[in-house]
Amino acid sequence: MEIIYLLFIVLLAAFLGVELIRKVPATLHTPLMSGSNAISGITLVGALAAAGGDSNLLTTILGTAAVALASINVVGGYWVTDRMLGMFKKKQKPGVRK
Amino acid sequence: MNDILTIINFTYVVAAALFIIGLKLLSHPDTARKGNFVSALGMLIAVLITLLDQQIISYHYIVLGFVIGGAVGAWKAKTIEMTAMPEMVSLFNGFGGLASLVLGGATFAGMDLTRLQAESAFVFVTLLFTILVGGITFSGSVVAWGKLSGKIKAKAFIFKGLRELSVLHLVAIAVVGYLFVTAPTTHIWLYFAIALSLSFGLWATISIGGADMPVVIALLNSYSGIAASAAGLATGNTILIVTGLLVGASGLILTSIMCKAMNRSLINVLLSGFAKPVAAGEKIEGEIKVLSAQDAFYVLEAAQSVLVVPGYGMAVAQAQHAVRELQSLLEENGRTVDYAIHAVAGRMPGHMNVLLAEADVPYDQLYEMEDVNPRMENYDVVIVIGANDVVNPAAKEMKGSPIYGMPVIEAYRAKTVFVLKRSADAGFAGVDNPLFFKDNTRMVLGDAKETINSIIREFAEV
Repeated sequence: MEIIYLLFIVLLAAFLGVELIRKVPATLHTPLMSGSNAISGITLVGALAAAGGDSNLLTTILGTAAVALASINVVGGYWVTDRMLGMFKKKQKPGVRK
Repeated sequence: MNDILTIINFTYVVAAALFIIGLKLLSHPDTARKGNFVSALGMLIAVLITLLDQQIISYHYIVLGFVIGGAVGAWKAKTIEMTAMPEMVSLFNGFGGLASLVLGGATFAGMDLTRLQAESAFVFVTLLFTILVGGITFSGSVVAWGKLSGKIKAKAFIFKGLRELSVLHLVAIAVVGYLFVTAPTTHIWLYFAIALSLSFGLWATISIGGADMPVVIALLNSYSGIAASAAGLATGNTILIVTGLLVGASGLILTSIMCKAMNRSLINVLLSGFAKPVAAGEKIEGEIKVLSAQDAFYVLEAAQSVLVVPGYGMAVAQAQHAVRELQSLLEENGRTVDYAIHAVAGRMPGHMNVLLAEADVPYDQLYEMEDVNPRMENYDVVIVIGANDVVNPAAKEMKGSPIYGMPVIEAYRAKTVFVLKRSADAGFAGVDNPLFFKDNTRMVLGDAKETINSIIREFAEV
C-alpha cells in the first residue's frame, strides 16, 4: 500500500511541477535552471542519514561524499541564482537614470 | 511512527510548500529574487529538521562534507562569469547526478545481509534507477561541460558502430539490472550497472553537436531531478520525491521549449550526430556588402527604431556592455531600442537575457521572437550581434537546409540589417546564411565589441 502512496505523490508532484514551471517567462530560464540545480541538492537531506548514521565505513564515506556534492549544488545554486536575479531590472522612468 | 519522525515529516510538508511558493514567485522578474530566497529557506528548514533524525549519531562527517561542498559552491557562485553560466549549470547538473549516484551507493552499502534479503524488489528497482540516472547525468554533464567550456571539441563525435554500441549499452543495462534486482546480495551487478550508466552517458552526449547543447543541458537538468526523486523512492523520503520531480518537470519543460524553438523532436536532437549530412541542394549566390563602422553610424543616426538580435557571439566577444552603451546613446537621441531573443540563442535557455541584465538592460525591453516578427517592417535597423542560425532565412526559404522549418527571427524583413561578424563564413551549425546576401543586409566585419565601440566613438564626435 505504501508504494501506491509514493506513486501518488510522484504523479501529483510531476503535474504540479509542470504547471508551475510553465508560467516562468523565457527571460528567467537561466536562473530557473541554476535554481533547479540548487533544489536538486535536496539529495543532501537523504545523504545526512548516510553520513552521520551508525553504519559501516563505506556507507559513511559515500554518505559524506554525497553531502559534499549536494552542498555544492545547494550553496552554489542558490547563491549564483540570487546573484543573477539581482541584475534583472525594470526600465527606469526617464530622468531617474543613475 | 515516533514523535520525532512525525515532526520531521510535518516539516517536510512545510519545506515542500516553500519550494512550491518559491517556484511560483519565480514566474515574474520582480518577485523572482524573493522566490529564490523562499526556496532556500525551504531547503534550510528541511536540512535542519533532518539533523534531528535519531538515525544520525555523529555530526563530524556531515559538517566535513558540508564545509567542503559549501566552500566549493560558494567559490564557484561568486567567481563565475555570466558568460560561463552554461558551463556552471552543466557542472552542477553533473554534481547533482553524482550526489544521487553516491547516495544510492551509500544506501546499498548500508544494508546488511538480512536487510538485503528482506527488502522488497521495489527498493532495489528504485535504487538501480537512481544509480543509472545519476550515472548517466554525471558523465553526460561532464561531457557537456567539456564541450561548452571548449575543453573538448564541440562538434558531434561519431564513429562507425557508435549506434550499435549505444543499443548494446541499453541491452546490457537491462540484463545487468534484472540480475541485480533478482540477486541483490551479489554486489558485482551493481558495479556493472554503475560502469554502464557512466559509459552510456558519455557516448550519448559526445555524439551531440555543440549547437544542440541548450537541449542537452535542459535534459540533463531534468535527469538530475529525476535521479534525486528516485533516490527518494528508494529511501522512502517524500521530500526528495517531491522536490526532485519539480526539478525533473522544470528540465523537461525547458527541453520541450528548446526543441519546439528548433522545430525538431527530442529524438531527432539526441540522435542528431547520426543524421546524414544534408546535401547542399541550392547554392547561395550573391554578393556580400560590407559596411565600415563609420558608415554604420550614419545609418544608425538616421534610424528611428532599432532592434538588437544577440547570439552566442555576443557572449564570446563580451560585447553586452558596449551594446548597452550604444543603447543609451540612441535612446538619449530619442530613438527606441528593442532586443529580440530567440529561445535557442546562446548555449542555454535564457542565457542572453542574463548577459543583457548584467549589462543593465531592463528586462522589459527584451522581446521574444513571436513579439517582434509581426512588427519587423517597422524597424529601421536590425543589428545582429554574434547570432547566425536564429536569423537565418534558409529556415524558411531553402527546403534542403538542415535548419529548414525552424522558426527564426525574420530580421531580413526590416529596412536595414547589420550583421556584426568576425568573418563571413558559416555559423556554429555550419549552415550557409542567405541573410548575408540580401539586398538590405550590410556586413560589419570584425570583433563585435570593437565594432560597437567604434560606432560609439562616432557618436561622441558628433
